[in-house]
This record gives sequence, structure tokens and C-alpha cells, in this order.
Amino acid sequence: MTSAAGRPVLAIRDLTVALPMDAERAHAVEGVSFDVEAGEIVCLVGESGSGKSVTAQAVLGLLPPGQLRVTGGAIELEGEDLRAAPAARLRSLRGRAMAMIFQEPMTALNPVLTVGEQVREVFVTHGLLSPAERRERVIELFRSVQLPEPERLVNTYPHQLSGGQRQRVMIAMAFALEPALLVADEPTTALDVTTQARILEIMRTIQRARGSAVLFITHDFGVVADIADRVVVMRTGKVVEQGPRDAILKSPQHPYTRMLLEAVPSLDPDADGGASASAAALEVRNLSKTFAGGGWFRRGRTVEAVRDVSLVVRKGETLAVVGESGSGKSTLARCAVRLTRASSGEILLAGEDIAQLEAGALRPYRRRIQMVFQDPFRSLNPRRTVAAALVEGPVNYGVPGPEALARAKRLLGLVGLGDDALGRYPHQFSGGQRQRICIARALALEPDVLIADEPVSALDVSVQAQVLDLLADVRERFELAMLFITHDLRVAAQVADRVAVMSKGEIVETGPVADVFGSPQHPYSRALLAAAPGRGRL
Amino acid sequence: MTGFLLQRLLATIPVMAVVAVVVFLLLHLGPGDPAAVIAGDYATPEDIERIRDRLGLNEPLHVQFLTWIGQVLTGDLGISIFSNLPVAQLIAQRVEPTLALSLGTLLVTVVVAVPLGVAAAWRAGAWLDRCLMGGAALAFAVPVFVIGYILIYVFAIKLAWLPVQGYSPLADGAGPFLRHLVLPVVALSFVFIALIARVTRASVLEVLGEDYIRTARAKGVTTFRLLRRHALRPALVPVVTVIGIAFALLVGGVVVTESVFNIPGLGRLTVDSVLRRDYPVIQGLILVFSAAYVITNLVVDLLYSVLDPRIRG
Repeated sequence: MTSAAGRPVLAIRDLTVALPMDAERAHAVEGVSFDVEAGEIVCLVGESGSGKSVTAQAVLGLLPPGQLRVTGGAIELEGEDLRAAPAARLRSLRGRAMAMIFQEPMTALNPVLTVGEQVREVFVTHGLLSPAERRERVIELFRSVQLPEPERLVNTYPHQLSGGQRQRVMIAMAFALEPALLVADEPTTALDVTTQARILEIMRTIQRARGSAVLFITHDFGVVADIADRVVVMRTGKVVEQGPRDAILKSPQHPYTRMLLEAVPSLDPDADGGASASAAALEVRNLSKTFAGGGWFRRGRTVEAVRDVSLVVRKGETLAVVGESGSGKSTLARCAVRLTRASSGEILLAGEDIAQLEAGALRPYRRRIQMVFQDPFRSLNPRRTVAAALVEGPVNYGVPGPEALARAKRLLGLVGLGDDALGRYPHQFSGGQRQRICIARALALEPDVLIADEPVSALDVSVQAQVLDLLADVRERFELAMLFITHDLRVAAQVADRVAVMSKGEIVETGPVADVFGSPQHPYSRALLAAAPGRGRL
Repeated sequence: MTGFLLQRLLATIPVMAVVAVVVFLLLHLGPGDPAAVIAGDYATPEDIERIRDRLGLNEPLHVQFLTWIGQVLTGDLGISIFSNLPVAQLIAQRVEPTLALSLGTLLVTVVVAVPLGVAAAWRAGAWLDRCLMGGAALAFAVPVFVIGYILIYVFAIKLAWLPVQGYSPLADGAGPFLRHLVLPVVALSFVFIALIARVTRASVLEVLGEDYIRTARAKGVTTFRLLRRHALRPALVPVVTVIGIAFALLVGGVVVTESVFNIPGLGRLTVDSVLRRDYPVIQGLILVFSAAYVITNLVVDLLYSVLDPRIRG
């Protein structure tokens, strides 16, 4: 399927993109070279800051104006030098000869235009087809990405569709004019695993049928294992290694690639199922949470986010709650720490039911159950120092200031940060360091139960491994009961002793992690495990 | 959509009811005898008694309110104490000039300010943006009467292109109507252009950073189409809010402009009535202004739902 002259669809040679003067390094991308042939999927992998997205945007000429600038090298699309192409030529190539799919299907579509209009606009922009033909073609495209009821869906707005449906609209838009090159920037990162599996399959099917060249950007080696023909690994703006998929995954040459691959958690559980004999620290019985909506003139809509859930977390044990978005796992966590009041059911903390306690009576129990949140970039107050964040909790519970500060220092040491961190502000730390601070903050109150809601989802894979190790370490050291909420089965397999699978507000299966992962009983658990990217290859 | 419309319409009823009660009590909340206040410092006891009788102030309060609200609902706003003319008639005479001035200003403002704001956002930080926003700051700072007198001096006195002052009703021909309107509308537009251009710039600038703008660029959409369809439309909600506030302000607050250009509008009627303590007229005007605010808000709310499908729910 190579093009006429045998040349690659996309050829990048010595590409260099300069960062603004005040940035921490001079180049976002430096001396990057690789090809993408027709009919081939090339995965560009790397952690945040590796320059993979910048490379993609440079190809389409979509670098944010005024901030990033291509300063060297060549980008050739089917032999045409894109760096030399005038703006009008570049515009006419975009959408027609090269198209792009973005990460966030929630924000990548215009909220005030119907999705049909937005796909139709591709034809309008390039002056192709008559209005009636355009309509037909959009419906056909929607059908090809397996959107249900395409005739009706063309007239809906993005907010009326699910994340997976929106991403299908984006794929339909990108493939509309059968571009020679498709650039996909983390197209499935924001999606659930089962949705991700379907989207990847759709992309693969269309790509094969059309013989398009695909540059696929991802940080997820599971996805790489599933779809890549060739892999290019980037680190801090440079290509460290490239080659065929199996060569890279099975025998990586560069130490960085090896480190990345080793950091990917295995789907094989490594827990011993240990603490099942110890006392229950947190017990949830028949917990339900219903959200009621509606108003004076609107019909009330009620959502049963959590339905009749029961679980036990024992001292020194980690229970992972896995499920997709909307399964109710975060609501369950928020109810358990009483950030939200459960509609019914019991929450037993050391034998005492705290489910319906009023604020005053609840206060002594708050200390004993602490939480670590998903996004370390938003869960620390940007205007308070680390010391202030760590000391506040204990001081609220009557610990004298100097003692609280001493405890803060001890905890910082424990999570691998020095005393010098005390006087600094959250923005001076990396994501992984911030999550360490959040863990120290939770531990400062000496809790019995730690609830971690997707604590590593916002982190790069190498950092993720370190934070998971830290959590395992503190759990053991303080004999914590840990309730670990995650959508990532690999992470669950690594941290948990037992696992509970949630779907539509209910726990459908629970048991030792080895049993659930080894021989899932419930059809949903089986579907979830089957959708895990890179299964059998990593 | 019909449900939404109905809901918004019904929501205006309690607002107008509260306004009506406050307007009614206006006469009674002040210290002392309302009749004496209206009659002024040099009135005889007979004058006061006559006013009290005419306003029905001898009746119990609830009877007064019911009588008054009944009259208001049938369009009878009472009789002016100063001119002895029906208040409704006084106000009706003044509505046309004020509406012409307000709507004219609004039209000029939107037609000029929105494109300027979009252009400034598109070229944010560049010289075009700096010039436009500098000009906006200047237009904000100069009082409307100064602009008015400068315009009169240049275009009416020196160049003699346009009439100096006055108002010509639409019924007397569109030509004179428009010629009399040009200078006051332009004078009044300056500050609103400055305001709305700034709001548009800020709103469009925010939208230009959205992911879907990048999506549109990846499709090969031209700059003009990008700005008009993908950036301006989602950015219009805050702009429409400010335009609504601007219109409400215009209807009630164009006193200075009406004075400078000698236009017999509602603003001057308001000032005159307050100075003469002509309570029935003041009450009628407050009712009319409140209704204008409420209707403007209703229209703005409806525009929101037209502009942003997510608000339709």
C-alpha cells in the first residue's frame, strides 16, 4: 500500500520546535526523525513533556501561534514540504489530506453546533458535494463508525452524546475526506476501557479498509501493544528508540524504554490475599445513594448512583473498587468519608455507624478516615505552603503547632521529600511529588482508613509505579485499611488484596484479586478484563 | 422549548407583583403626610386636603392598594398633579423618542462593537488589539455630554450637516427622524461600544483557547468562518447579557443625552417629575422602567437558550 513513488506518507526529518525563552528547556522537540507509511499505524509513545503532542501539532501546522515555532528540519506529506507551504495551502491540506483526532471528546466538539453540522462542515470547507449529498455522506460516515440511529444523531448536540459517541463523531469527521494521514492524539485516553476497545477496533477497521497512514500518540503501552505496527519512543523532546512493535515491546534496547515497560503494572495479580483474618476497619452495609433532580416546572429525574452496596475493608488490607465512569465508585467513596450523605445504609467505622451522624457528632470520626484525591494539581490549595497544608488537620484536632510541624517533617521524609519542601508552594512540585504531599496530608491525621480515589490516574506511568509503592509501604507501616478506587485493572491487580467490581451502582462481583482476575464469574467482569488494552502482550 | 418559555414567563409575575407593591408604597413610606409632601412648602391646609381627597388617601391602605392595582391593570396610571394630564398619556408621548434613541444606540453599538471585539481577540496582544482597547478605555472615560457637545460643534455648527438639537417623530417622515437621531445616537454609543467591545474580546479570547477551535482548524476551516461560527457563537452568551443590561440602562438613563440634544424622552420626564414631586407620574415611570427591565431579562434568557443548546436542557 505504499504510495506511487514508494515514499512514506509522512516523513519527518530532524524536526526541531523551539519553546519560548522562559521555558525550562530550549526545545519542545529536538532533532526528531521518523516515517509513517501508507496502511501503517505508528505509535508515538512517551510521558508528559516528551514532546509527542507538539510533534503531532507541528505536522498539521496547529502549534499554538506565538508560543511554539518550528525552527528546524522538514515535514513532508506525500513528498510535499509542509514547512514551505503557504497558510492557504496548509489549510486546504488539513481535513483533506491530513486529519486529526484529539484526546478530549468532551471539549473537542463545538457545543453550540449539532454534530451533523460539524462533520458536514468538512465538505463545506473544502467545497465538495452538493448539500443533499453532504447530508447523505454524513449519515453514511456515522454508520461506518457504528453510531446508533445515524439519521437522528446528526441533529443532536455534543452534550447529548456519551464520550464514546462523541469520539466516534470525531473519527467520522477525520475520515470524512479519506485523508492519506490521520494523526490521533491520545484518542482513547479519556474513555472507559470497554469503550476504548470498541473505538480502537473501529479505527483499525476503517484504517485498514482505506489504507491510511496513522500517527497514533499515546502514553499507554497497552494500547501500543494492541494497535501499533511500529513504535517511536520519545523522551524530553528526543526520539530515544524506534522500531517494529514486537521488537520494542519484547526486547527494548534503550534503558528508558526498558524502564517505561517495566513500570507498566502487570494484569497478573501479585497479592497474597493477606490480611483477611484481621479486624474490619471500615464496613459498609446496604449503602444506597440517590440523587434527585427536577424543579417546579421540570419533571424530577432521580439517579441511583449507588445501590445496596456492602463491603468490608480490614486492617492492613487493600480493597480495590474497579468500574467504569458512572459506575458509582467515586460516589461510594464520597459517601464512605461522608463528603456526601448516603440516602440509606450503614457505614461502620470501628463498629460505630457514622452514616447519618450530624456534623458535631461526626467530627471525632472524620480524623480516622482520610482521602487522597485523583488530581494532585487541583487538590492542594495553590496559595498555601506545604507546611500549612500538612499542619492544618492535626492542629484542628488539638495537636500543638510545634508537634504538628514535627509530624509534618517526619511524614515528608516518609513520602520521600525533604524538609525544604515545607516552605514551598504546590506549583513548585511535579505531579508525582504533589501526590506524595497529598498522601502525607492524609496520613498527618493518623487515620485508620485511607480512601484513595484514582490516586495515580493523572500521573505518568513511571511516577505511578513509585506512588503505588509508597501507598503499599504506608499501608503496611501503619496497618491502614485502604479502599482504592480505580478504573485501571492493571493498577488494581498490583495494589489490591481483594477487588470489588462495580457496574451501574452495584457491586457485581467481589473476591480475592487472584480469583476475580483469574476466573471472573460475572459477565461484566469478564467484559471489563477482556477490554484491558495489551492483554496477553504485556 | 415551550415549557422553558412558559417557565420564564411565569417567573416574571412575582417580580412584577413585588415591584407593584413597592411602587404603591412609595407614596406612603416617606416621613409625614404624603399629601403635604406633594403639595410642597407653601400649600394651604385646603390644598393638602384637596390632594388627599383626589389621591384617595382617606381610604384604608388595602382599599387604596386594590383600587390602584385595579386601575394599573386596566392601563390607568392616574392623573399628573402638575399637568392634570393622564400619566399613561404623558408616558406614551415620551416613549417613542426614548425607544428610538435606545434602539438606535443599541443597533450602532452591536454592529460596531462585536466585530471590533472579535478582531481584538483574534489579534490579542498585537497592535490592532492595543489600539482598539486603548480607544475603548478612552471612550469609557469621556463623559457623554462632552462627546455630545463636540459632535454638535463639528457636525451641526461647523459643517451644518445635521440639526443641532430636537426630535422629529417618525410620523413626520423618516428623513428628519433619522437626521435628528444621528448625533445623539453616536454620542451615546461611544461608551456602550467600549463596554461591549471589551466584553466581546474577553469572551471570544476565552473561546479561542477551547479544544474545538483546534478541531475546526484541523478541518481546514478559514479564519473568517472560524471566528464567526466557532468562536463568536459560543462566546455570545456573556455579550448578550451585557447588551441586555445596556438596553435596560438606556431606557431608564438617557437623561443627560436627552438634555444635551433637547429630546423630549422618558429620561427628562423622570427628572422633571421628581423635581415637581409629581408622584403619580413617578410611580407610572417606575412601573414602566421595571417592566422594561423584566422584559429585557426575559428576552436575554430566551436568547441564551437560542444561542446555547445546553441551556435548553
